[in-house]
Amino acid sequence: MLVVDKETFGPEVLEAEGYVLVDFFGDGCAPCAALMPAVEAFSEKYGDQIKFTKLNTTKARRLAISQKVLGLPVIAIYKGGEKVDELVKDDATEANIEAMIQKYI
Amino acid sequence: MSKIYDVIIIGAGPAGLSAGLYAGRSRLSTLIIEKAREGGQIVNTSEIANYPGSLEEESGPALIERMKSQAKRFGAETVYDTVSEVELEGDVKTIKCLANTYQAKTVILANGAYPTPIGCPGEREFTGRGVSYCATCDGAFFEDLEVYVVGGGDSAVEEALFMTKFARKVTVVHRRDELRACKSIQEKAFANPKIAFLWDSVIKELKGEELLDTMIVKNVKTGEQTEVKADAEDGMFGVFVFIGFRPQTALYEGKVKMQNYYIVTDENMNTSIPGVFAAGDIRVKSLRQVVTAASDGAIAATQVEKYLEAEACSVI
Repeated sequence: MLVVDKETFGPEVLEAEGYVLVDFFGDGCAPCAALMPAVEAFSEKYGDQIKFTKLNTTKARRLAISQKVLGLPVIAIYKGGEKVDELVKDDATEANIEAMIQKYI
Repeated sequence: MSKIYDVIIIGAGPAGLSAGLYAGRSRLSTLIIEKAREGGQIVNTSEIANYPGSLEEESGPALIERMKSQAKRFGAETVYDTVSEVELEGDVKTIKCLANTYQAKTVILANGAYPTPIGCPGEREFTGRGVSYCATCDGAFFEDLEVYVVGGGDSAVEEALFMTKFARKVTVVHRRDELRACKSIQEKAFANPKIAFLWDSVIKELKGEELLDTMIVKNVKTGEQTEVKADAEDGMFGVFVFIGFRPQTALYEGKVKMQNYYIVTDENMNTSIPGVFAAGDIRVKSLRQVVTAASDGAIAATQVEKYLEAEACSVI
């Protein structure tokens, strides 16, 4: 998974071609840490069809808020600079994430 | 679906992990089924100060991590799957999950509870956009912003204190005119200059454009309703909800004996069905804490062992 930050979020996510998945996580967020291995596994499985990225919001708070992310974890799908789909908090389960990925491949 | 476990534990919070540890140590074949991630509600807690032996300033997730590796070390298996249906009667219990079906001779129900929502319009819509039930997850987003913490018990006031690390101002919104939190926590809150109180008040509605920026607060004594708007510079605020918990017992309705949605057990954690035990916040009890959940789990696992021994004797 490509690590993005507040500098690279623009070019790597918003201006990228095709669908981009973003895993929004944070330093103190235990549910995020628990979910991350599942997302990493999906990036192995689907990485050639969707670009997988992750953003540490603790170091990019304003960027997260600008993306309407105020609660973690969030797994979002971007296309053409817009967030087209997302799973927030309790909805961000392994099964739901895989179902969301499959909608866009 | 060939394997029949000695015990299946549903839920990997403190009760389930403690049961897993004891069952594993008794050499019972043990499966823990967890729908999302270990820890249950404790994952959302920034500091566990009242669990005997917990380290100073230890977070819920850190404590759970140690419980998890301890249970694993003694052989308890864990799968991540969501239970959809249970058949609890008979000698072999069947637990149907979304991905697989599992069977065991005994079951420990340790699903726990989930945070009670306010139950007002806008709450669901703005979850993750200003409304949160997890200060450790989302607190940092509210750096230098205003935050409202709903509730008056230990967790509400503790999380209000935690939120002062980030927020410019924290207002505790409580439906009564005094706190229910223990005195030592209350004293800290009253002494903290960043914390204010909105007494006798409940939130009736949460609104906003894309992020939460407005709420309607009702004074329960006067009936007066006030619209609270975000500071124009901020354009948003946070609402953190800590008003207790509801047991996750929907799967067991009409199957095991319940009282007010909680599962009824005896002091050995036996439910109304032989071979089915309950542990932790899911059952009727007077104190719902990590320490009592862990205790329940230990008792339930020990009783599982006794039940299996008795069953083995009766077969012979």
